[in-house]
Order: sequence, then C-alpha cells, then structure tokens
Amino acid sequence: MEKFIKLISPIVPLTLENVDTDQIIPARFLKSTSRDGFGENLFRDWRFDKEGVENKDFVLNRVKEAEVLVAGKNFGCGSSREHAAWALVDYGFKVVVSSFFADIFKGNALNNGLLPVQVSEDFLQAIFDNNGEVEVDLENQKISIVATGQVESFEISAYKKHCLVNGLDDIDFLLSNKTEIEKFEKSRI
Amino acid sequence: MADKTLFDKLWDAHVVRKGEQGPDVLYIDRHLIHEVTSPQAFAGIEQRGVPLFRPKQTIATADHNVPTLDQHLPIKEELSRKQVEALKANCEKYGVELYGLGHQNQGIVHVIGPELGITQPGMTIVCGDSHTSTHGAFGAIAFGIGTSEVEQVFATQCVLQSKPKSMRIEVNGKLKKGVSAKDIILYIISKISTSGGTGYFVEFAGSAFEDLSMEGRMTVCNMSIELGARGGIIAPDQTTFDYVKGRDFAPKGKEWDKNLAYWKTLVTDADATYDKVLSFDAADISPMITFGTNPAMGIKIADIVPSLNGDQSFKKALEYMQVDAGASLKGKTVDYVFIGSCTNARIEDLRAVAKVVNGHKKADNITAWIVPGSKRVEAQAIEEGLDKIFVEAGFELRQPGCSACLAMNDDKVPEGKYCVSTSNRNFEGRQGPRSRTMLASPETAAATALKGYITDASEYLN
Repeated sequence: MEKFIKLISPIVPLTLENVDTDQIIPARFLKSTSRDGFGENLFRDWRFDKEGVENKDFVLNRVKEAEVLVAGKNFGCGSSREHAAWALVDYGFKVVVSSFFADIFKGNALNNGLLPVQVSEDFLQAIFDNNGEVEVDLENQKISIVATGQVESFEISAYKKHCLVNGLDDIDFLLSNKTEIEKFEKSRI
Repeated sequence: MADKTLFDKLWDAHVVRKGEQGPDVLYIDRHLIHEVTSPQAFAGIEQRGVPLFRPKQTIATADHNVPTLDQHLPIKEELSRKQVEALKANCEKYGVELYGLGHQNQGIVHVIGPELGITQPGMTIVCGDSHTSTHGAFGAIAFGIGTSEVEQVFATQCVLQSKPKSMRIEVNGKLKKGVSAKDIILYIISKISTSGGTGYFVEFAGSAFEDLSMEGRMTVCNMSIELGARGGIIAPDQTTFDYVKGRDFAPKGKEWDKNLAYWKTLVTDADATYDKVLSFDAADISPMITFGTNPAMGIKIADIVPSLNGDQSFKKALEYMQVDAGASLKGKTVDYVFIGSCTNARIEDLRAVAKVVNGHKKADNITAWIVPGSKRVEAQAIEEGLDKIFVEAGFELRQPGCSACLAMNDDKVPEGKYCVSTSNRNFEGRQGPRSRTMLASPETAAATALKGYITDASEYLN
C-alpha cells in the first residue's frame, strides 16, 4: 500500500447524495479475479452512454487530473464490494471527501490507502462553492480550501492513521496477534 | 456487572484483543465465501505466503454470477466461468468445502447458511457481501466485509473492527392482514433513511418480530444494511431453536443441550441501554412499494409519491424512474416481476407467491421470473407442487442464484423497463443498465404479475 502524508489537488465535485457502490462500479464489471483495472469502469453508467460515448455533462469527464473526489452525504452506500474502492484508486483518486460515509465503504477505502475525509455539511458546501484546490494533511488531520484558507479538522483512528502514513495494512497487524488468537480459541473449548 | 445488550454480550465474547486507539481484534466463527469477492483475497494470502488459518470454519458457494438456466452445462460467459473455476481451484487448494453449481447444497450464500444449520445463535459470521446481515435473525453478529477483510479472516480467522453504536428498533402490535416481513423493513427504511442506521448495529425487538417465522426475520435482518446499519440482530427464541434443530450442521445430542442452554441466555438484559431507540406501531404498516432509486424511497401502495422540492438527488431519482411527485403508483403498468434474492427467495416466499397466483395467469405484458434461493428450496418447491402452479400461471421457474437482484449474469431487466422485484436494492441500473426497479413483497410482486400493473395483493388473499 502506498504511503499517504499530504496532498494539494483540484477536486471533482459530485454534489449528489447517497451515491451507492453500484454507481461507483456496476456489478457487471466485477468479474475480474485481480484488483487492477477497475478504474476504466468507474461510474460507468454516468460517465458513458450505452454506446460507450463520454457523457460531457458528467463531472468526471469535465475535470481530469484531480486526486480528490468530493461527494454529497452518504457516499458509498449499498454493496460491500471493495471493487468500488479499487476503482477509485485505480482511476487516480487518493482522497474522498463527504459529509457522511457508509460504513463498509469507509473501511474498504482505508484498507486501500484511499483516505475518506468526513467534513461538516457547511464545510462540504464551502468546498463545492469554491470548487478549487484543497489541501489534505493527514499528519495534522486537517483539510483546507487553498483559495480561501478555510480549514476543518477531520477524525481518523490513531491506528488507521499509523497504517496510512506508513503504508501498512491490517493483516500485518493481525498476523502479529497469532498467539493470542490461538489462546483465545483454546479458551472457548 | 452492568447490564448488557445482546449485541454487547456477543461482541465482548468474541474480542481477542481490545483496541486501545483503534479497532478490536474480533474472532469469527463462520466465514462464508463466494466467487466474486474471494479471488483477490486468496491471491493475497498466496502472495504473503501464509496458509488459510481455519479452512474448516470457511464455507463456499457459487451464487453471484451463475446462470439460472442450464446449470448442468459449462458457463458460457467466459469471465463468469473463470471466476467460478477460480473459486473451485482455490477451495481445493486450501481445503474449503465448496457447494458449487450442481451440488445439492448450492444456493445464495445467505439462504444456504441458515438452511444447512451453519448459521447458529451466538456466532460471529462474516462474508464478502453486505447482506450477510441476514444471519442476524438467529441472534448472531453477522455483517458484510470487503475483500481485504476476507483476506484478514483467511489469514487469522479475525477481523479488525471498531465496535459500532447500538440501536434498538421496536415494532409492537399486530400486523394487518397481507402485511409481510418485507413490508415491515421497507416501512422502517422509508422512515429513517438509507443512512439512519450508519454507524450502528440494530437490534430488532417487539411482538411484530417475535411473531415472525425465521424466514421473515431473515428478510428483516437482510435489509438492515439498507438502513446503513452494519447488521441487525434478533434475540433467539423457541422459533429459532426449532428452526435450527436437526439441520445438517446443527449440534446434536449432548452438544445440542449444551448449546441450547447457552443460546437461552442470549437476550438483552432488562436495564441495558442503547445509543438510540426507535419504535413503530405494527398497525401503521401496510404493503409497501418503492418509487425511487434507493430503498428508503418507499411508500404504502395506497399512498402517493411525495415531493421534495429543491433536492437534486430526489429530482434525479424521479426522472430516472419516470414517476411524478403526487402520483399514485397503484395501477402503474410494469414489465417484469422478479421473485428472488437473499431477501425473498426462501420456501415461504415461494409459497406466498403460489398462494396468490394459484389458478390464475400472469398478464401478457409481464415477464415473470422465479429464482429459488437454493437447490434445497427448489427441491422443496417441486415436492410441494409449487412448480406446477408457477408454470400454469406463466411464471418461469429458474435455477438458484443471485440472478436479477444484481444482474451480474444474463438475467437483466432491459433499459427503461420497470421491474417489481422482491430483492433489496433499487439503485440505478441495479437490475441491468438503465432498468427501473420497484421493491416490494412476494405477495405484491405476484399480484402485480397477474394484473400487469402495481397491485395490492389483498384481493387474492381472501
């Protein structure tokens, strides 16, 4: 997993609420047995028409080269498919900002080095209104709007922060608990 | 000791190591896997060079992308076939029991777990599928996980999880005639939104749930994820014990007695508190239907589509569905009826459909698919003669799988067509690109198939 520390990037503003994982990556594109290549079909049915022609009105086709997706509340609801996080990462996103994330999506994002930044409704609106670059600083847990200097802090567990900053994953940690796990199993018999 | 909720008791009993500044290490009793969310996790442990820690606690089936016709033939679609073959190869390599296509125990992962007795009270159960919440109906902690977490369970039989907050949803009173478990959960979701339960684990309590069969309880817990909740749980009772007893994987003899004694302690203590409590009156619930593109956009069939001026997401949903605020959906012509999915494809659901359609014919404008939840459900339906009732009514009885619930296989609703579906999600394109889904109970779906337009089943239930 790539290490995450700090970035400054333009944003892709997706103002819709309740964006579900079926929109992020439709089920018919889940047939790969690897983790790669899902970015191609990210937001497939919003990005392309049925002939595969780009929909010029869709925000992802208007803003390229951004590493931060900013979305309306309850982003990532629905299916547990980690392919949604893989698709966002594969496409090039490093941060998703919203005023509320669905639980499973949030966990999946963190497990793939994609930082979910939860902000207040007001700050989300300020980001949308400004529509310019944001700076995301994981070390200090702050997100700011570059043009206006508005700043908000965000929450992340100390453990997950440690993982992201160092590019570690949960399995390394869990494997280091093997003895305790075996002891736990014995205690239940 | 402080009073505890049922959820607290089970969570605490499975914590291997408490996280000080992060998640707990939570032990998993049963891990269910399927072809779509497991291959990358198998590849992960392979790459790390670690073994599958507890293969005997892992059970696999092929359900998400399998065809529902001609299952005895090789899968035609190459990518689906490769995924199913990869599952088989991985299960053989790592010693995991697989109920693949053609096996008498094959079926939708959340249907076979309970029917085989794999799902038992007091357990922790995970699967790389959000509807794992289904198993909470047995008084188990069951929730969906991502593929990285599937890999965690493969490697250590544990997942790292932060303990969610607790919510109690009570529904008391008697349900009106013709109101099913599906209507209860669609009603609750319509009241508290698709994010109302996010961050929580929900305990469903009250007489309306106590009166439900195990299958009805599974329908309710299945859709707790549609509230945003990680899972739902219902305290086990005699209905639960009677259901589990005698099933293939259920404990037998002395083991049964020992387990039963423990299961009987799985209740919320009298003075336990929750972070949030909601209550509803069973008498207020009526047959439901959804009009929009998330499961909370539901109304009583008798009501009109609401309006939410100025909300762009709401407006987009109505445009997508081509329904108007202020309109009634009752009488609206539809094209497809899908009876299936981990929400409503168990034997009682098929019986409910048969009861409505028996002696009738579907309308000419309707294509009606019935996809049983498992081979065992299919066999039971045939034994009871339900297959004949379906065929005579013009319904197509297919073979088990997830099918048109998520349309990974060929069972797709065409662009622009309306489908009244017993499944769990009405997201844009869920049942096929640009298809339009309306969620409802098996009874409503069956009655709609007969009339050709959205219909309350009550006239067929007298």
